[in-house]
Amino acid sequence: MAKSWKEWERPLLELEDLLAKARAALKTAEPEEMAQAEQKIADFERRRDNVVEVLYSRLGPWEKVLVARAEPRPYALDYIAAMFTDFIELDGDRRFGADHAIVGGPAMLSGRGVMVVGQQKGRNIQERQFRNFAMAKPEGYRKAIRLFEMADRFKLPVITLVDTPAADPGVESESRGISEAIAASIMKMFELRVPIVSVVIGEGGSGGAIGIAAGNRVLMQEHAVYSVIPPEGCAAILWRMPEKGAQAAAALKLTAQSAHEFGLIHEILPEPFGGAHRDPAAAAAIVKDGIERHLADLSKLSESELREDRYGFYRKMGRFNEVSRV
Amino acid sequence: MRLGKAPRAEETGAFVQCQNCRKTLFRKEFEEALLVCPSCGHHHRLSGMGRIDATFDPDSFHEIDRELSSLDPLEFPEYREKLEGAMKKTGMNDPIVSGTAQLEGILVSVAVSDFSFMGGSMGSVAGEKITRTLERAASGGMPAIIFCATGGARMQEGLLSLMQMAKTTAAVQRCREAGVPFICIFTDPTMAGVLASYASVADVIIAEPKALVGFAGARVSKQAQVVKAPDDFQTAEFVLKSGMIDRIVPRREMRSTLARLVRMLGGGMT
Repeated sequence: MAKSWKEWERPLLELEDLLAKARAALKTAEPEEMAQAEQKIADFERRRDNVVEVLYSRLGPWEKVLVARAEPRPYALDYIAAMFTDFIELDGDRRFGADHAIVGGPAMLSGRGVMVVGQQKGRNIQERQFRNFAMAKPEGYRKAIRLFEMADRFKLPVITLVDTPAADPGVESESRGISEAIAASIMKMFELRVPIVSVVIGEGGSGGAIGIAAGNRVLMQEHAVYSVIPPEGCAAILWRMPEKGAQAAAALKLTAQSAHEFGLIHEILPEPFGGAHRDPAAAAAIVKDGIERHLADLSKLSESELREDRYGFYRKMGRFNEVSRV
Repeated sequence: MRLGKAPRAEETGAFVQCQNCRKTLFRKEFEEALLVCPSCGHHHRLSGMGRIDATFDPDSFHEIDRELSSLDPLEFPEYREKLEGAMKKTGMNDPIVSGTAQLEGILVSVAVSDFSFMGGSMGSVAGEKITRTLERAASGGMPAIIFCATGGARMQEGLLSLMQMAKTTAAVQRCREAGVPFICIFTDPTMAGVLASYASVADVIIAEPKALVGFAGARVSKQAQVVKAPDDFQTAEFVLKSGMIDRIVPRREMRSTLARLVRMLGGGMT
């Protein structure tokens, strides 16, 4: 069982490295070496495509967890930069403090104002610390609530980008009411009279994720995951072996495909060949198209219909028997 | 009274032992005290039906949705066996017992959780029963009263369980719109996915003394901490001090406290 996306993608990363070197060599190649260098690049490209094909056609639940967590995967701010023509980040919960695991503010989507709220990871140690690994504290959810309210006031559709391992579980978060903050944020989303489209772009980590994911429409990228518990935590409970994350990932059915089957999301957004991180621009174009299609659909609904639509979607979630078993 | 499992020792004998102070107690006295140790005040866990008997007017409870039972939609390892075991042990389909009852003559929509059924975990059935309890309150103009005793969302139903957080929270919003009060009682323990959903957005939140109340498992929380956890971390007393709940009410005063609350908060209702 690979433990990271790097380990799992190693053959691919090695080929991409060779390809990059070959491309660099082309730039300095003598005219008589050109044909051969180009041939070499074409050769590496073909081999790379084959490996992508093989790896990504065998993407099991655990591999999806690895890909969803991969550092080069586009994060919320990458999507925001790619999808919107303008964005002004607003900060603060006006109560306790600033939280950098959740970002948000008004943005322009194809000429119209929207409110975007997303969970933001970091790519290096400093960034990760600054973003608290995208694990929001109560003040993060309270900032989200403030932005949701503002969106409602100014009639801006809301777009949420979900990407968190979990809400912050620390002592400070407990004492400032992380549970209340998540619950209040979910409840606020049900109050809104504007359309909400939520997109799971990476890790949909339990309560931390649903705290900003209660949209009219919920979309998931092809390789994103959404789970009630991290697979390692599940494995620790089930088998007292966190290293059995792969088995737990399979048991939890945490893929977009399973979520769609159970009627818990509306649509799976395809990712570019080899995952969103191989072509972030193309990935963002697909996400943007998905958001716009669903917003266009929702624009036909009145304020009260939007709320009913949202309630109705969640109301029917669950699988149970109406016949007693005892 | 159906108070549920008394502490382990001498299950059927005249004596029981307090799980906290280990003192030997007269069973009769212990049961009359609603499973609260007369010596140290420790509140032992009540069964679902025990809680109803201890709280609401005698014979006023009318159970609804008892037949709702779990499927195994994920075909999750060992889930069927765990369910079978829990059903056999408790004679129930799910930890949630719900319906209507009277509280000093006032009709209320109620749900109580029984921790002995798979740790009171919330899967599709519990989520549905809680949602229906809140919807019945909203549509029937009744106050809603829910007693929590849960480890959180039920892992074995995966994302379906997580979505019950949104579903139940949305139903609380319906109560607010209908102007019916929702009172939630945190009993030992009230954790994770339940705490972070409908439970924390109640109009009034009451806890039983010393109940465990928290978002993350204590182990996770202590691993993640930068700040040292206080001694009373994740207890009713800690969340009261943190401003997250309204009051701590001992079990013998719960009934009268709830009755006074619904009488006053439900004042606008007929």
